[in-house]
Amino acid sequence: MKPRHQRLLFIGIGLLALSAAAYFVLNAFQSNLVFFFTPSQIESGEAPKGHVFRVGGMVKEGSLQRQGMQVSFVVTDTRHDALVVYEGLLPDLFKEGRGVVAQGQLNANGQFVASEVLAKHDENYMPPEAKQALDDAAAKKLAGKLANSP
Amino acid sequence: MWVELGHFCLILALGVSLIQAVLPLVGTLKPHSKFALWQALARPSAVLVFVLVSLSFATLAGAFLGNDFSVRYVSEHSNSLLPAHYQFAAVWGGHEGSLLLWVEILSLWGLAVAVFSKQLPLPMVARVLSVLGWVAIGFLLFILTTSNPFERLVPALQEGKDLNPLLQDPALVIHPPMLYMGYVGFSVAFAFAIAALLSGRLDVAWARWSRPWTLVAWVFMSFGIGLGSWWAYNVLGWGGWWFWDPVENASLLPWLCGTALLHSLMMTEKRGGFKAWTVLLAIAAFSLSLLGTFLVRSGVLNSVHAFASDPKRGVFILVFLALVVGTSLTLFAWRAPKLKAAPGAPVLRETLLLLNSVFLVVACAAVLLGTVYPMVIDALNLGKLSVGAPYFNLVFVPLMVPVLVLLVPGVVSTWKDTDGFSVLRRLWPMALLSLAVGLLVPAWMGHSLAVSLWSPGVTMGVALATWVAVGTLQHLLPRWLAPGRVSMGFVGMHLAHLGLAVLVLGVTLVKGYEVERDVSMNLGDTLNLQTYRFVLDGVQEVPGPNYAAKRADVSVFQGEQKLAVLHPEKRRYFSSPMPMTQAAIDVSPWRDLYVSLGEPMNKEQTQWSLRVYNKPFVSWIWAGVLLMMAGGVVAAADRRYRKSPKV
Repeated sequence: MKPRHQRLLFIGIGLLALSAAAYFVLNAFQSNLVFFFTPSQIESGEAPKGHVFRVGGMVKEGSLQRQGMQVSFVVTDTRHDALVVYEGLLPDLFKEGRGVVAQGQLNANGQFVASEVLAKHDENYMPPEAKQALDDAAAKKLAGKLANSP
Repeated sequence: MWVELGHFCLILALGVSLIQAVLPLVGTLKPHSKFALWQALARPSAVLVFVLVSLSFATLAGAFLGNDFSVRYVSEHSNSLLPAHYQFAAVWGGHEGSLLLWVEILSLWGLAVAVFSKQLPLPMVARVLSVLGWVAIGFLLFILTTSNPFERLVPALQEGKDLNPLLQDPALVIHPPMLYMGYVGFSVAFAFAIAALLSGRLDVAWARWSRPWTLVAWVFMSFGIGLGSWWAYNVLGWGGWWFWDPVENASLLPWLCGTALLHSLMMTEKRGGFKAWTVLLAIAAFSLSLLGTFLVRSGVLNSVHAFASDPKRGVFILVFLALVVGTSLTLFAWRAPKLKAAPGAPVLRETLLLLNSVFLVVACAAVLLGTVYPMVIDALNLGKLSVGAPYFNLVFVPLMVPVLVLLVPGVVSTWKDTDGFSVLRRLWPMALLSLAVGLLVPAWMGHSLAVSLWSPGVTMGVALATWVAVGTLQHLLPRWLAPGRVSMGFVGMHLAHLGLAVLVLGVTLVKGYEVERDVSMNLGDTLNLQTYRFVLDGVQEVPGPNYAAKRADVSVFQGEQKLAVLHPEKRRYFSSPMPMTQAAIDVSPWRDLYVSLGEPMNKEQTQWSLRVYNKPFVSWIWAGVLLMMAGGVVAAADRRYRKSPKV
């Protein structure tokens, strides 16, 4: 093979592999993008039914309930609340009054059934999603106050 | 006072790096003038930079060991109660110190090049060290302008805040230095590639010089990644060993690219082919190392917007990254027309190796996409999303299948084979054997664990592992047992491939057959998990040096035989409100029994939540990594790298 042919072969193989990968990636991407919703967005019905997503905010004080390995708690962004049920061990950093992110989906009763409660951070660190939920809610509240004031 | 001296040494190191970067390079550009002598400055200045950076590093370590909480960085990451070895490790427990470690290791690699380059022509050494000098300038400037670990705190604190409890683990003491040895080691492969581009002579000699350095960097990188995974498994208490977390991906990306580079360098060395591809891989591997540093160190992972509100650090690395990539690609474009392929038809082996490295690069790109995409979307304010682990598994696994399939024909075909049929004729009995093993193993595992006897995923994984292992062994053993010398490179390659087979087998079996159970148990209760019985005997309070712990005693039985008593702990560090789970693991070659302690379920603390796992063959994952590393070390020790190559 001449160098030119070699290069053509090279480019051909590269393109083939790339298109194969693009196929995999697009397929996998579509089904595995996990979007994030705040409790307010769930309340207003923006969150999908029957699809995995994440919810984040603060764990409401006094809302944690245990029944055997079943736990339930309320995630709040201070404007609206979302009830989360989960079965299993909670991570070390899970605490009432602290930030939390849960991944799972809504069941028929509108409860959020978490498959995972995320807490890969130290005690000073707020999960970015949880922080966003609180910031969004604070901004909405502020906007509401401003609108009501003469 | 000492700390100020350390700061001063770092500034001096910047000055000497400038000399190392500029003067030898000028010398190589004007080889027939009096400037040519400047090339000789490269080695001594590399040595001097190493000495200065080490002094600086030592003063910071001294401040940690001497509990000097008037230094802000020390006060934030250490505590007088912290055991001394963790105080030392705390030097790289935060952002500033870990960058100093980066530069320390970079200067160590520079020293190694200066010392172990006797067989290289001086202009080559001058160019390589000059490139390393430029990289050092970038990082020293970064530390001195944005992340100074020597900053004083006025007034000084009486006590430090302590090291993050998660980092107080022996594996974490050596994990960052090893990983950085890998990250930074690719800068040497990069420097060789750039030096070769600068000289305009991308010949066989360049590939041969570059290979052992790349190999050593790759070995360290593998060790670093393996340690990180082992640490996550042991310390995080969730029993996982790979989470496709951005921090993990940041280290996997340069590793994948580096693996492709190793194989491509071999093609270039043996047959003079694919020079452009090899150079691009060297540039990419180092750029991904820089990207990894950026991802982990800029705060961009926590939140793109946190990064935007304090952009100094992130922007610096991003600009540096852009400069490195931009300059090297421009140089590449300028020199690429000079890259002539070696004469002669490409052989089958070349094609297979090329295919393999293409698959590795595509896998690397797919992981990169999944890692960076959420950050890009967030930065553009298009919403918050994450790419779940299933994406990575779905993309990565199918791309690794052809890599494993092609590995064997790539190894057994010679540099003379040109058609695939003769190789295929030699290999089909092995293919059948692998398939048979792939079908038998799940049947046997299913039988002993009382689960399904048929699992396509396990069959595929086991068949591929067998395929690689048998292909490797039937090629290695006859040569090894026969009289005469076998080259270390040959043995190393096979060891590494065998390690890959072991790794694949471990991953397949643990993914296929692990069981996890979250339970609540009263004291004295028994849990049955497959053929094992776990009995919670008791929970006691035990003191530690800087923490207090609840420690459970869990007896594990199989039949009537007592296998072990496990002691999982829940620790509370005095310096932090955050509890820490310390899992207890009974390790054996065939399975790990893993117990972590949750919380008390009642006030009297007689009922506890526990997480119990059986992980079959999980240690094979790390055994595989160790074998791969051993292969790398053996190959790097090959005699031919120490001989002066004919130029």
